[in-house]
Amino acid sequence: MHELSLCRAIAGVVKQHAGDRRVDVVRVQVGALRQVVPDSLAFCWTIVRDDEDMPGAELELEFISAEVQCHGCGQQSQIESRFSVACPQCSSADVAVVRGEEFLVTSVDVA
Amino acid sequence: MGRFHRHDDGTAHSHDHDHDHDHDHDHDHDHDHGDHSGYATGTERIEVLEAIFAENDNRADINRNAFEAHGIRALNLMSSPGSGKTTVLAATLDELAGEFAVGIIEGDIATDLDAAKLEGRGAQISLLNTNNGFGGECHLDAPMVNRAIGGLDLTTLDLVIVENIGNLVCPAEFDVGEHAKAMVYSVTEGEDKPLKYPVMFRSVDVVLLNKIDLVPHLDADVDTYISRVREVNPGARILPVSARTGEGMSAWFDWLRDFARTT
Repeated sequence: MHELSLCRAIAGVVKQHAGDRRVDVVRVQVGALRQVVPDSLAFCWTIVRDDEDMPGAELELEFISAEVQCHGCGQQSQIESRFSVACPQCSSADVAVVRGEEFLVTSVDVA
Repeated sequence: MGRFHRHDDGTAHSHDHDHDHDHDHDHDHDHDHGDHSGYATGTERIEVLEAIFAENDNRADINRNAFEAHGIRALNLMSSPGSGKTTVLAATLDELAGEFAVGIIEGDIATDLDAAKLEGRGAQISLLNTNNGFGGECHLDAPMVNRAIGGLDLTTLDLVIVENIGNLVCPAEFDVGEHAKAMVYSVTEGEDKPLKYPVMFRSVDVVLLNKIDLVPHLDADVDTYISRVREVNPGARILPVSARTGEGMSAWFDWLRDFARTT
């Protein structure tokens, strides 16, 4: 729902690192617990990249699955559900998220 | 999406090399799409590893520091549209008038309807319309709140409440410089919402379960709502209230008093 402002934030990060150079590829890591809709992000990027003077910049998304460490049963597990972070082993909600909240620009290709 | 190519021996085939990045499974392979040496193509890969929210979070810290420099506690109040945030706030301002000096940052996509409802209750109000740029925004972020702070006289305030845009998705992602997050969740929204919007429900310190005066008219029971919130956020304070009748509101006022006095 807020993919447009996310794309503007991505462009801001890219510009800091690319300066005036032409940007060909932008790589972004997205954790499964981020409320990012990939199709929407990709679409918004096509609007924002023109606006931000990087019309040729392709957005590559890398998805990171979510893992939680359960305070109840002590197990660390990958979670499959998009909607819950409860421990898949014992269903406890008392968990610490180990992976899945990533949202970062990992690298850019510039010319 | 295969890549067709021809080898020197004349054989030709197509690699099934599917790079569809728009699905949910884990991608643990290397994304090397060709030559990144910088020689043949003239391109160079720059490692960035920077959080996309970093700029927002830096601005949020600036806001938080501004509040703290004046001894102010800030609360980010979120909910879906129509949950009763503004009614809760109106009752809250009436209760706290004379006790705490309150500032309200009122997020609204295009109108001043909510701000008008809160006027005349002793609080300073800074209205923040978000319909600039293309299409309006679905949340408040730290730079927007930073602008709205300019509409408050911080030197005179004890407590700032940021009334976020009504939305269960986006506001959960943006730190605006608050010290705690609260949400209003009304029983008319259905008991499945914590499971559908876990990011929001996990992010908050306190949940006002509002409109409990309507329970007799609904196929709903308060215990189920509470247990669904607990499923995603075991640590949250859950306060069943009716902002309309005042039922349960004293527990909320007490929570807010404790919050405002915390240093």
